[in-house]
Amino acid sequence: MPSLRRDQVGWLLAGAALTLAPHAGHLPPAISALCALLLVWRGLIAQRGSRLPPRTLLVVLAAGVVGSVLLEFHHFFGKEPGIALLAGLLSLKLLETDSLRDARAAVLLSLFMQLGQFLYQQDMAIAALALLGTLASIGTLLALQGRAEAVAPRALAALRLLLLALPLMLVLFLLFPRVQGPLWGLPADAYSAVSGLSDNMAPGDIARVSESAEIAFRAAFEGDPPPPAERYWRGPVLTRFDGRTWRPGPSRRHGQPFYRSSGPAYPYTLTLEPHNQHWLLALDFPGPAAGLAYGDDFRLLSREPVRSRLRLELVAHPATPVGLDENPRTLQEALKLPPGFNPRTRALGEQLRAAAGRADDIPALAIRHFRDSRLAYTLTPAPLGRDDVDSFLFDTRQGFCEHFAAAFVVTMRAAGVPARVVTGYQGGEINPVDGTLVVRQSDAHAWAEVWLATKGWLRVDPTAASAPRRIDGGLAAALPGSARLPLLARSDLPWLRALRDRMDAVNNRWNQWVLGYNPARQRELVASLGFGDTGWQSLIALMAGGCAVVMGGLTLWALRRVSTTDAIDRSWLRVCRRLAAAGHPRQAWEGPSNYASRLAREAPEAAAGLAPIAADYARLRYGPAPADAALLKRFHHSSRKFRPR
Amino acid sequence: MPSRIARRLTEAASRIILGKEHAVRLALACILARGHLLIEDIPGVGKTTLAHVLARLLGLQFQRIQFTSDMLPADIIGVSIFDQRDASFRFHPGPVFAQLLLADEINRATPKAQSALLEAMEERQISAEGQTWRLPEPFFVIATQNPADQIGTFPLPESQLDRFLMRISLGYPDRAAERALLAGEDRRELVARLPAELQAGELDSLFEATRHIHAGPRLLDYVQALLEHSREGTGFALGLSPRAGLGLLAAARAWALLGGRDHVLPEDVQAVLPAVAGHRLRATGDAPQGPDALVRRLVEAVPLP
Repeated sequence: MPSLRRDQVGWLLAGAALTLAPHAGHLPPAISALCALLLVWRGLIAQRGSRLPPRTLLVVLAAGVVGSVLLEFHHFFGKEPGIALLAGLLSLKLLETDSLRDARAAVLLSLFMQLGQFLYQQDMAIAALALLGTLASIGTLLALQGRAEAVAPRALAALRLLLLALPLMLVLFLLFPRVQGPLWGLPADAYSAVSGLSDNMAPGDIARVSESAEIAFRAAFEGDPPPPAERYWRGPVLTRFDGRTWRPGPSRRHGQPFYRSSGPAYPYTLTLEPHNQHWLLALDFPGPAAGLAYGDDFRLLSREPVRSRLRLELVAHPATPVGLDENPRTLQEALKLPPGFNPRTRALGEQLRAAAGRADDIPALAIRHFRDSRLAYTLTPAPLGRDDVDSFLFDTRQGFCEHFAAAFVVTMRAAGVPARVVTGYQGGEINPVDGTLVVRQSDAHAWAEVWLATKGWLRVDPTAASAPRRIDGGLAAALPGSARLPLLARSDLPWLRALRDRMDAVNNRWNQWVLGYNPARQRELVASLGFGDTGWQSLIALMAGGCAVVMGGLTLWALRRVSTTDAIDRSWLRVCRRLAAAGHPRQAWEGPSNYASRLAREAPEAAAGLAPIAADYARLRYGPAPADAALLKRFHHSSRKFRPR
Repeated sequence: MPSRIARRLTEAASRIILGKEHAVRLALACILARGHLLIEDIPGVGKTTLAHVLARLLGLQFQRIQFTSDMLPADIIGVSIFDQRDASFRFHPGPVFAQLLLADEINRATPKAQSALLEAMEERQISAEGQTWRLPEPFFVIATQNPADQIGTFPLPESQLDRFLMRISLGYPDRAAERALLAGEDRRELVARLPAELQAGELDSLFEATRHIHAGPRLLDYVQALLEHSREGTGFALGLSPRAGLGLLAAARAWALLGGRDHVLPEDVQAVLPAVAGHRLRATGDAPQGPDALVRRLVEAVPLP
């Protein structure tokens, strides 16, 4: 059994390392360490030229890998244990690999593992890493095929091969029939934890969400975006309060807007990151849109939980008056307070009602009271007691937006004004690179909504009373210091922000054009190519056709490069073609005189007259130049005339 | 003219070595290309006779060394002996000082003795006792090797095989040739009576003519393609060296001369390729196969227009 050359082992190891390294982030540390150890071991073996470990040791190691996977996950099913197992086995495989066949198997496994990265993440960095791994794998295949060569030219050759594959890749990407839904998310993973709002709220919840700089959604406005103070993106509306947690009240769904939109319109494209929930984070108040539902509480809802990035064309009418004819039961619900909680706040509410002449004045009075109480806006409020609204308003006096909103709503209800908490996002930043509004988890917010008989539901943001800059300038501007803020949400590092903006814009492109290439976009593309509305059968036909065109083009290009035939060769090749048609083809490597003498033996009839032509051709082709003009003429003439019998 | 001389040589040799025209032609081509020849075959098929015949026909001074395992370099290149009359050492040249040296069963000798000969083949001179002696001009080695009996032998390593331009084997004669051999005279006597075919200076003119056989750009393209494929194509662990490439072209020129042509055809290259490349190529482990199959694969992998 021949052993692999050192450079071949080097390529194998490099490929495996480049493949496994990106997995280190989600593999159990024990497996990662084991893989690294095994790779280093194989490298040492190759360097010292020592023997591979015996089979029995490999069996023990394999049992160890299986055992540690089992220890970590308790089963073998699903993505995580599967990938961990494969990573361990790939590293082990290299330890028994000393023949071409095994090496090829290891390369195939590496390629599969590169695909496995996309099960976790599909962003551009992962794609780049996978591409790097693929490059190394192709380099390995080249090293397995050919002789030893320096790394740089071999990597270049691999790159050339990858580039040659690019057109085919594009055809397959664009035309392979798409299925609805996330391409990479396995069913079990689509439900796993995703940071973002939930459908209930307890003190501290929003603050926790705010710690993440992850992007919640992007909005690209066709015209000017609404001013920052109008950018309220409505999420869950919370009516029920049990003294600690806020939960949504009952809500009916409508097939279309049940209010009459009015005022200025802001058309925009919303690109929502998956959050596994039904609600869509639309700007108040959405106009008609196909295929969506409208909740009683003015939320825009989707029929399916959002499990993959969703792109929506929406229109917002922020000035629309809503709720003038609100359902009495909803209002009833919006007045309830749990008995026995927050006595001081209830007293404050009653006091406010007494002070205000009309119900319409109560919210303004309450806001003034809030402002006068000098409540501090902070991400890290002091812990609150059982009556958390009471302790926030009267004792600790520091809180985040959910404290403000909850306290305000409790006060309103105590004063007899129907009120509820609205969660969602507020603000967002315009990315100067591509002009889209980027809204992050750190923009999560809670505000209040009160109902007045004369005006319907009105938005009141009590946070604005204490920290007006939160509404105009975002979280970073409002908080004293930026201690616990995510690095990327801080505003005091201009270069970092510029970098982030650029990255965001590029990522957005990637999301829109690569990951967001869904069946609808595919249909659009095919239609724009002039093929009309197509089913998957015609898509497959189109794809096959595209592949054929690409492969044909590449083949022609390759053939053109090798064919340097001139007139003499053409005449000779014509003779050969005629003989081939008569059933006596020339072997590709067969020289003229060998061919002639072989045919003279095998098929003297067909070859009659071939010998002088072959001799002339050999002389013209390989004899001393310049060729005899008479000879050339004779050759062309007789080769034209030549017909095998 | 030179081609007629060459044909005369082939015919004369083939009258004694019966039924082995191709091998005889290859051996002649090897000598015309000024290369050393390795004959690998079982005993008794006429290896030594072939060497004898060539020496007689070409009018070369002939020496033979039977290699054994206890042979020392001095047995080949010569030894300095103290001369009492002069009170000094005098160098007594060994059998290597010949124009055509038959190194019989070269793989019986230890590597030390082998390398003494191989050095002489490469340098065409001998260094001993701090002095250098030039070997006669021309200088050819025809070495024989016995592949069947490998016990107690030292097979030549690749680096030394590369010094032989060609490796050929003779094989058993066919029925008719065998019959003629049995019925005919003793070969030994025939060889002894064989007249030299060449006049003085004719061998040099043959070398000269071989060197001037035309090898056009298209043929060089073909030779290069063969070399490149042997280096980069799949299945070849060890490609052809530049020395092998030069040797291949020289041998193809000689083959064209023997064929009566003034230019080299790809067929000439293909004809000498098994002898020139067979002992130099090595297959990668996945496809273990004989040298002939490997050369055939090389030829068939490089197309001709």
